[in-house]
Amino acid sequence: MEQHNQAGISSAKFEELLASVHKIGEEVLRPNAKDVDEKARFPQEGMDAIKSLKLMGAYIPTELGGLGLNITQLARVCEALGQYCGSTAMIFAMHQIQVACAVNHGLSNEHFKNYLTKVASDSRLLASATTEMGIGGDLRQSICAVEQNGDSFTLTKNAPVISYGKQADDLFVTARRNSDSPANDQVHVVVSKEDYELEPSMAWDTMGFRGTCSEGFLVKSKGHMKQIIPAPFADILSQSMHPTSHILWGSLWLGIATDAVNMARAFVRDMMKKNPNAPQTAALRLAEVHSVLQLMRENVHGCAEHYQKLLSENNVEALDTFSFSIKINNLKISSSSLIIDIVSKSLLICGIAGYRNDTKYSLSRHLRDAYGASLMVNNDRIMNHNATLLHMHRGD
Amino acid sequence: MVVEKVREILEKTGRLSTPVADLQNDSDLYNAGLTSLATVGLMLALEDEFDIEIPDNLLGRKTFASIQSILDVVAQLKK
Ligand SMILES: Cc1cc2nc3c(=O)[nH]c(=O)nc-3n(C[C@H](O)[C@H](O)[C@H](O)COP(=O)(O)OP(=O)(O)OC[C@H]3O[C@@H](n4cnc5c(N)ncnc54)[C@H](O)[C@@H]3O)c2cc1C
Repeated sequence: MEQHNQAGISSAKFEELLASVHKIGEEVLRPNAKDVDEKARFPQEGMDAIKSLKLMGAYIPTELGGLGLNITQLARVCEALGQYCGSTAMIFAMHQIQVACAVNHGLSNEHFKNYLTKVASDSRLLASATTEMGIGGDLRQSICAVEQNGDSFTLTKNAPVISYGKQADDLFVTARRNSDSPANDQVHVVVSKEDYELEPSMAWDTMGFRGTCSEGFLVKSKGHMKQIIPAPFADILSQSMHPTSHILWGSLWLGIATDAVNMARAFVRDMMKKNPNAPQTAALRLAEVHSVLQLMRENVHGCAEHYQKLLSENNVEALDTFSFSIKINNLKISSSSLIIDIVSKSLLICGIAGYRNDTKYSLSRHLRDAYGASLMVNNDRIMNHNATLLHMHRGD
Repeated sequence: MVVEKVREILEKTGRLSTPVADLQNDSDLYNAGLTSLATVGLMLALEDEFDIEIPDNLLGRKTFASIQSILDVVAQLKK
């Protein structure tokens, strides 16, 4: 793992950037969110607005032309985007997870330095193909394998879910190191759209996160051996992909939950305006949901800060411990459960106005998105991991 | 010899797909089929046999990655 400079940008500069993110959220993401959701279409205008702020390279060091945010700042951007359009925020977060894997494990490598420079300058969009037909959500196993031929390779993967696969410029694919490797001896391979073909195998007509366009494809790719990230995927996963995914996903779920509570608050205020003598019931529910939101927020922020500290110390030993994995797994389980709880409680406050699809208090999209959180890496799978890992944990 | 004892424990608890006798001290145990659940049994047996308690900061994937890494941790804790 490379030392990732976690200095970030100054808080004044960051607040300025965050204000711009909220501005595109209000002006571009929110007005299109309903259409994106209804049509299950790619949020092109939202992603263009994100690119206009150079945010595709948000986590790439400034020396390589990126914005140089640290992980807590990046998480705050995901949280802000989540308040306007869950799908756009999810696409942004998934892109940044791939960037983090390349930054943390490729920075001392000439090929990946050049690659990351190109991602920042050309605002390339990076997608992920970890899930594989026949394996399900177990990230630590692959069926497909890198087929080496001299300096080049071919790789074919049957991937049932690749978010924005059609729109992406590059794919980060997990595979066995070679055709003789066991299922868990994996590498992380970066292939570019000029070098792959996608044969559609499954549509994406889902309950929520509809704008992520997470269709299934048979991926047929080729490339140069240097496009394989030098570190074993096991290290990339435990030190980068696992913590970054759950911190950034948790952050955008927090954004969705925050928006739901904001709507509930506006609803209660409207109600009080119309009828100052209305019973306090809804206000009481608001007080309740607000405290749950704070719990979720502090947990997400706390884990992001903890990870940032370990990264800044380059504390690979701590990142590799079971206790760190347990903590990150707990973050995933709690934030994916709390988002459902918070949106449901907000719905109870907004009542039928929240249940309708055509009011400003509609919570339909929020609730449908919320249910995806516990399935993207199934919570029971994660809970099973923790059940095992806790046998090897001395206690806090 | 500690190494023979570790190999014996690994044979009993590791549930590997490769026989322990075929493994080098630096062979990757995860590639040989060590699962996280089997790691629990391995850890408990090692602690029992050598009368050690592996602390949280050493309880990670790397500690159980090879016979050699196990030997290193046992040696460190036996001191
Ligand atoms: C919005 C969204 C976007 C996504 N984008 C991508 C993407 O870009 N790229 C990508 O690769 N994937 C993506 N995924 C897929 C996702 O990350 C999971 O891999 C996938 O949803 C898991 O599929 P599954 O439910 O069939 O599998 P499983 O995780 O196998 O779960 C199916 C069922 O089996 C049970 N189960 C099976 N085995 C175990 C076990 N060992 N322990 C515990 N329980 C078990 C589960 O509890 C559950 O009931 C996305 C998913 C969503 C919702």
